[in-house]
Amino acid sequence: MATGALPVGKTASPAEHAPDNYLTHTSGVLSWIFTLDHKRIGLMYLVGILTSFFIGGMLAMAIRAHLISPADSPLSNEQYNQIFTLHGAIMVFLFIIPSIPAALGNFLVPVMLGAKDVAFPRLNLCSFYLWCGGAIFFISALLSSGLDTGWTFYTPYSTDSETSVVLATLGAFILGFSSIFTGLNFIVTINTMRPPGMTWFRMPLFLWATYSTSIIQVLATPVLGITLLLLIAERTLHVGIFDPEFNGDPVTYQHFFWFYSHPAVYIMILPAFGIISELISVHSHKGIFGYRFIAYSSVAIALLGFLVWGHHMFTAGMSSLTTIIFSALTFSVSVPSAIKVFNWLATMYKGSISLTTPMCYALVFLFLFTIGGLTGLFLGTLSTDLHLHDTYFVVAHFHYVMMGGTLVAFVGGLFHWWPKMIGRMYNEFWGRVSSVLVFIGFNMAFLPQFVMGSRGMPRRYATYDGEFQALHQLSSVGSFILGIGLLIAGLCLLHSLFKGKLAPANPWGGATLEWMCTSPPPYYNFARPPVVGDPYEFEHIDYDPSIDGYVVNEPVRHRVPSDPHGAPAHAKHHH
Amino acid sequence: MATTEVLTHEADAHDDHHGDHPSFLAHHFDTPEQQYDSGKLGMWLFLVTEVLFFSGLFCAYAIYRFLRPDVFAGCSEFLNTQLGAINTGVLLFSSLTMAWAVRCAQLEQHKMLTGMLAATLSCASIFLGVKAIEYSHKFGMGLLPGGFYSYVPGAPHDGTIYLVWISAPFAIILLGLFVWYVVACLGQNKFQMRISGPMTIVFLCYFAGVGLGTLLESGSAEGHHEGAAHASASDHEGAVHEAGEVAHEAGTEIAPATVTEITPSTAGTDDSVLEMLAVDTANTGVRQQLSAAQRQQELSGGPVSQSPGGKAAAVSEASLDINNKFLAGGFFSIYYCMTGIHAIHILAGMGVLTWLLVRSVRHDFNRQYFGPVDYVGLYWHIVDLIWIYLFPLLYLIR
Repeated sequence: MATGALPVGKTASPAEHAPDNYLTHTSGVLSWIFTLDHKRIGLMYLVGILTSFFIGGMLAMAIRAHLISPADSPLSNEQYNQIFTLHGAIMVFLFIIPSIPAALGNFLVPVMLGAKDVAFPRLNLCSFYLWCGGAIFFISALLSSGLDTGWTFYTPYSTDSETSVVLATLGAFILGFSSIFTGLNFIVTINTMRPPGMTWFRMPLFLWATYSTSIIQVLATPVLGITLLLLIAERTLHVGIFDPEFNGDPVTYQHFFWFYSHPAVYIMILPAFGIISELISVHSHKGIFGYRFIAYSSVAIALLGFLVWGHHMFTAGMSSLTTIIFSALTFSVSVPSAIKVFNWLATMYKGSISLTTPMCYALVFLFLFTIGGLTGLFLGTLSTDLHLHDTYFVVAHFHYVMMGGTLVAFVGGLFHWWPKMIGRMYNEFWGRVSSVLVFIGFNMAFLPQFVMGSRGMPRRYATYDGEFQALHQLSSVGSFILGIGLLIAGLCLLHSLFKGKLAPANPWGGATLEWMCTSPPPYYNFARPPVVGDPYEFEHIDYDPSIDGYVVNEPVRHRVPSDPHGAPAHAKHHH
Repeated sequence: MATTEVLTHEADAHDDHHGDHPSFLAHHFDTPEQQYDSGKLGMWLFLVTEVLFFSGLFCAYAIYRFLRPDVFAGCSEFLNTQLGAINTGVLLFSSLTMAWAVRCAQLEQHKMLTGMLAATLSCASIFLGVKAIEYSHKFGMGLLPGGFYSYVPGAPHDGTIYLVWISAPFAIILLGLFVWYVVACLGQNKFQMRISGPMTIVFLCYFAGVGLGTLLESGSAEGHHEGAAHASASDHEGAVHEAGEVAHEAGTEIAPATVTEITPSTAGTDDSVLEMLAVDTANTGVRQQLSAAQRQQELSGGPVSQSPGGKAAAVSEASLDINNKFLAGGFFSIYYCMTGIHAIHILAGMGVLTWLLVRSVRHDFNRQYFGPVDYVGLYWHIVDLIWIYLFPLLYLIR
């Protein structure tokens, strides 16, 4: 890398705060294109991911606008099919899966570990460019003949469709490798680069969540890779594995696909759990309750997630014994998820909660994710799923989990770590307004969909029976409010880039290592190796009004715990 | 962990290179051990993803072998066991030379290391040469994946044109390497000679593999003709597949009970309902389903459905026509997917081995730094290991 270049100080850049940080260490476009610095790669990911989210969000608005009335809509039925497919595919493959691990994770994992970089910086940059490559394929699919199979590419839709299925699946294939390499990098980084004194149970919970996510990324994504490759072969060579026209079996495709895509649901939600664990503890200024339970439950979800893929196919014609087994296993996943929710509630209990923007988003998450999780039980139950399968109930359920869960946690995490990433504070008032709008808009958009679904409104239909019109309109209005809320959040962050006041090193009073370096962090993250302490010990962290941030009033600390077999982080008494 | 050491050189972390940082140690690692362990763990994780990647193919193999055992038994007759066995031996030997290369790197035997890497690469080339013969021969016979399957028993076949196309890139590279070697010799460039010399031999080995394959395949092709002649002599409707015959001779009596002749469509009632629904153009899903069903009826030569007449009717169908793109084509689809993706892995392995060869000529590796050789070795072993599974599954089990 072009090191040694002098930092170029601009008046509006955060350089005036920390003279040499990762943003100013080198300058020029090339210093970003070829950077191996995990923070810059994370930031580039963030830009790419937010762009895809914007595109996917616009498509969602188009869907809701189309559904305001059952007839006379500007979109044709074919266009509607393409729009909901692209909304799903872009949101899943380009946005949610890489959102937290690739953007926030890349920035945070090494800093939280007190390391200089991830284990394989070149691989990290490679996976970013793979992401770009996959995105290009998706966009070319969009610009050529669209895509109308649904994001799941089910055969025989995908083998019959006239649209550019090959381009889109190739895109998803490449994105899969991006995801695998990111996960592999994080597993190795967390295994081999923890600093002295940071044992597994002194790691921040975000790292536990990232580690569990990475396990899924490494174990599940290759299966998607081969599935999509076979699908491409099916379309080009007619290999007859999935295509019924050539004696293949579409249900085999569904098994292959969901063997990846169900664990992928946990790729989406697990890092969100990690963020919420950090947010709730830091903004309640109270140690996390049940550290070890939260850590183990992440790993439990990652492993159980591999055993439940069949619940997407209860109506696809599996034997009744198989469906019963898959149904029972599905319920087992709810146990670790519930453990987390209870622990977060217990963490807030008697904490001194600051209702900052990140905390508001964390509360929104708790509410929405709980609804999303509980409605999942109706879909995991065989008898009710037969009625609810492929209705708006399913749509509402996974939006509550994916959007109410992952997206809200992602935005909360973005607000939480934004001062660290950019070195600027944003406007708290507008941040909170955005969280309230998101909460109201979200519930207005998706609660009616539960009702519609249970009354029999099927998903993916371009039109509907007149009796659903009021609910559809309510949902559309809610989605526009939600869009406005997210737009305000985005503007609030954009505004802070230019007008925000400089951020202190520790604006929230966090105890994890990323708050021990300056905001934004220097090129090598830490001028000297940080002292590893308990990540959830807030006793010695006090507010300093002169810098509008928190400082550590150094207690007597040891680099290595004096008693390595002593009580771990979670066992300490909370005050 | 060397805590004190970390402290001393982290203090001036902004400098590009630290005084006690060896040149091979990346800036973000503290010790060579940490770097080596990270690389090794990363490689093992990558191998896990490779295994899972192939697991999809093995799964597809298992499913379709279970559904159509006779098709698999019959069609594997077309695979030349001799060539498969030779390739297995070649790959096993290359695993030995690869492991030896790792040892050479650890012992700093630079010349030997280059030799071992070249030997490994040569084995890979022989493998691909033999594979090219196998592929081109089958292409010529029309033994292709489902959509292109066009095998006619006893018809003359010639795969030379395919062999030329497959071999052309290798020939071009060989020519380029040879020219490079000559130029390097004339210019007395020792470094380039040491790279281009072994690489020329490596690509010559591809053609050695082609020669070997041609020799053995020509012998077995006569066998195929005999088999085809035998099939046409004994067939009763003119369409019985030789492979089907072989399956029966081998005592695969369960076959007709599980897979039966094409049956008259019983889906008429379903279709009439669908047709009624499909009158409405808004019912795009129903319309598609209907057209798919109609197309399937038109095209299917042998569905996997149970005969409505029951097993008695099925047993009376003494032979089974599997020579169509739905049954035999399915086998060859899986064959090409599995061996093709394996061959792509061999090519990728050749790429990284070439990179290692260049670095070994540069004397990059030493007692402390031999990680890359080790990691590539692990990768090479997994590629071999996958072939060790492919060979019996596709060639031997009948």
